[in-house]
Amino acid sequence: MPAVAMTVNGKAVTADVDPRTLLVEFLREHLRLTGTHVGCDTSQCGACVVHVNGKALKSCTTLALQVEGASVTTIEGLAAPDAPLHPMQQAFRDHHGLQCGFCTPGMIMSAIDIVNRKGFTLDDKTIREELEGNLCRCTGYHNIVKAIAAGAEAMGAGRKAA
Amino acid sequence: MYAFTYHRPTTVRQAINLLAKNEDAKLLAGGHTLIPTMKLRLASPTHLIDLSQIEGLSGIELKGRSIVIGAMTRHAEVATSPVVRENLPALADLASVIGDPAVRHRGTIGGSVANNDPTADYPAACLGLGATIITSKRRISADDFFKGMFETALEPDEIITKVMFPLAKKAAYEKFRNQASRYALVGVFVSKRGSDIRVAVTGAGANGVFRVTAFEEALKKRFAAKSLEGLTVPADGLNGDIHGSAEYRAHLIGVLAKRAVAKATA
Repeated sequence: MPAVAMTVNGKAVTADVDPRTLLVEFLREHLRLTGTHVGCDTSQCGACVVHVNGKALKSCTTLALQVEGASVTTIEGLAAPDAPLHPMQQAFRDHHGLQCGFCTPGMIMSAIDIVNRKGFTLDDKTIREELEGNLCRCTGYHNIVKAIAAGAEAMGAGRKAA
Repeated sequence: MYAFTYHRPTTVRQAINLLAKNEDAKLLAGGHTLIPTMKLRLASPTHLIDLSQIEGLSGIELKGRSIVIGAMTRHAEVATSPVVRENLPALADLASVIGDPAVRHRGTIGGSVANNDPTADYPAACLGLGATIITSKRRISADDFFKGMFETALEPDEIITKVMFPLAKKAAYEKFRNQASRYALVGVFVSKRGSDIRVAVTGAGANGVFRVTAFEEALKKRFAAKSLEGLTVPADGLNGDIHGSAEYRAHLIGVLAKRAVAKATA
């Protein structure tokens, strides 16, 4: 079996994998990072979104072998277990941006990607357009949009303070 | 997914050798069509040749009166490239409405063009601008490249390395998306480059992307949305499915062509 090496949440990881192993399977089943979810398994719902070299991608549609040498960030990598939540996580909590929570890891990873690309001030239209690759089936979009706008602002404030 | 052997060549030459040596080999670019197809077991290549580690296959360059885009360049890079935005905004617009943001981070222009999905966006830009597909062997004009649904002029051991788009004074893309898949139910790319006027349609044709010569002739007289008034496309040879009938798609072609010309002349 071919070997793959990558950095996941700051830690170097190497493993021998069946070439068919999807990145999301590698994260969930090999590394036991089960925060990244599989929803539709057809690149539509976005529950599996993680960052690879700082960019959001759908880990159900990417082979683990394809991200050789890359740096991967999952929902588990946003804040240390005993540290405060990432501002975007906190914003989802404050604004009730989740109901069942299944889509939330992908929503948050996509939300941070939107901030990285579009900045800290986001209007509703931009957020809704940019979020088109993430589906929530609890019909919670209204609060998700509010949470992302607030989270973006908090990330901006955090940057200024730092 | 059926089992396959994975290869990660570092040069185009190595990739070609692997293609030539293994009959059921497939090239892997962004993988955003191929991997879902393999997951559904609609494709079962025995060898997968990942192009991601080959240097020099990605990048955007302004060369004279053309923009040259490396085959492994991601949709997001084309959509946000200052060079494309400034010189050929219609192409950046087209790239910005493919899939969703995460998909655009992975999908590549070369993959899209080589796959020639009848509902993909890039084939419309290639045919609508008269692009040249540059391969490991030769240059192929877009008019000769797209052969039919999922069919191209590519030979089994040939790899797309670049796509060259001539700059057009006026150009625009209008897309009516399938709300679920984000693919084009119909997409129309129009351009005017001197006397070369093109109207290319994706999403509608049963044989993939095609040009609407009747529209092109009308636009030659005057490149304005008004020139297309009253003109229609026959529904024969168009796709009809649960998302829209052939007649509906024919109607959309007329509507979107007018919108595209209006946008290009705005």
